[in-house]
Amino acid sequence: MTNNEAKPQGRGTTLLAVGTKKGLWLGTSTDRSNFTFTGPHFLMHEIPSIGIDARDGRTRILVGLRSEHWGPTVAHSDDLGTTWQEPDQGAISFPSDTGAALERVWQIQPDSEDRPGVVWAGCEPISLWKSTDGGEHFELNRGLWEHPHRSEWGAGFGGAAAHTVLPSPADPNTIHVAMSTGGVYRSTDAGESWEARNKGIGAYFMPDPLPEFGQCVHKVARDPNNPDVLYAQNHHGVYRTDDAGDSWKSIAEGLPTDFGFTVLTHPSRSDTAWVVPIMADGERIPPQGQLAVHRTDDGGRSWTRLADGVVEPDYNVVLRDAAAVDTAEPAGVYFGTRGGSVYASANEGGSFAEVLSRLPDVLCVRAAVVEL
Amino acid sequence: MTGEVTLLVPRLLQPLVDGRDELRLDVGAGALVKELLDAIGTEFPVFERRLRDETGELRRYVNIYLDGEDVRRLAGLQTKAAAGQELMVIQSVAGG
Repeated sequence: MTNNEAKPQGRGTTLLAVGTKKGLWLGTSTDRSNFTFTGPHFLMHEIPSIGIDARDGRTRILVGLRSEHWGPTVAHSDDLGTTWQEPDQGAISFPSDTGAALERVWQIQPDSEDRPGVVWAGCEPISLWKSTDGGEHFELNRGLWEHPHRSEWGAGFGGAAAHTVLPSPADPNTIHVAMSTGGVYRSTDAGESWEARNKGIGAYFMPDPLPEFGQCVHKVARDPNNPDVLYAQNHHGVYRTDDAGDSWKSIAEGLPTDFGFTVLTHPSRSDTAWVVPIMADGERIPPQGQLAVHRTDDGGRSWTRLADGVVEPDYNVVLRDAAAVDTAEPAGVYFGTRGGSVYASANEGGSFAEVLSRLPDVLCVRAAVVEL
Repeated sequence: MTGEVTLLVPRLLQPLVDGRDELRLDVGAGALVKELLDAIGTEFPVFERRLRDETGELRRYVNIYLDGEDVRRLAGLQTKAAAGQELMVIQSVAGG
């Protein structure tokens, strides 16, 4: 069982969804090199989050939309984007007693195969939401919303959001959430209560560089076989935990830099992860303008630079959700840049093909093998 | 005295109100803009959510004009509309 959006499957049709600052593109391919795209869907809407839910014998695409004028919402399609549905009352709406209003849906995460219908969402303002009806209606997680640390959580440059939601495939009571800024939080009682789990993760921008919480963790990904193993790309720092977040150790050695936004894990194989290094907080470009993915196959002890097929130079970054793996074997790796390039690799990053160019800023990429 | 207020729907939002370019709203002897939006929300909830967030506030870049006056410069959503008046929804100039 994996925690990704569908269990590993043989080769079939791969769906690639690309959310940008001004719309959504949807591509299908049988070889993961040549894609046929439709779009833009939702022209002039920002698409910061996408979930591909291939459970239950159907492919549902969920998207978090946001119009600068008309606000945020969630829509879903069960026919690969031909038609879209939006619940009358909105899939995500803050209860009146909170006094809050939804700003942006940062994450849509279908749960594991044996929990059909369960979909999680992470949002701005910092909040966690759970749906049990396939993402049509979500309920606010009160444990995180009423957390005593809330008043001390801050806003990253992109806004104060829970941007990563990782339900454990092994234990329905265990969920990890990451937020900027705040760091990693874990619940072991199905979301009733939450504890900061940032020991070892740095926060150089705070008076105490190793605080209990307050880190700007950019992205976390879970090992597909051992749910206690997670990888984190921090605001400077790349880390691994072997104890579900109780402690983190650096695995940045061997990378050109320890800054970046995204981290991915393999859909079925342990010890493989990908990051996309960026020069530094104060120099947000790929090192020397040479964009590359780096992969470890030994749990972070060593890294291999992967850039075959990536156009150079490129001074655009890859944002936290603008990268994804699919559910095939070997795994496909996909990423998009703020310059609007989208790359696909059918061999785990060994070589890339640019499958879309000159789009608006790419905010979110998701891929999965689906039944058509 | 009874009558209607006309609310002009921007083109981009017309698919959310069955393609109409205006809505006729019964205001009786007069109604608050808030009450009119509440009434719209019962028939066209998705359209109403484009105008207001879940706290009931007008979205930051949505403007509603009553006979040419921005309601924010009047009494906001507590502005009273009378029969024969016209409400116009216009988005701000924003974005890049």
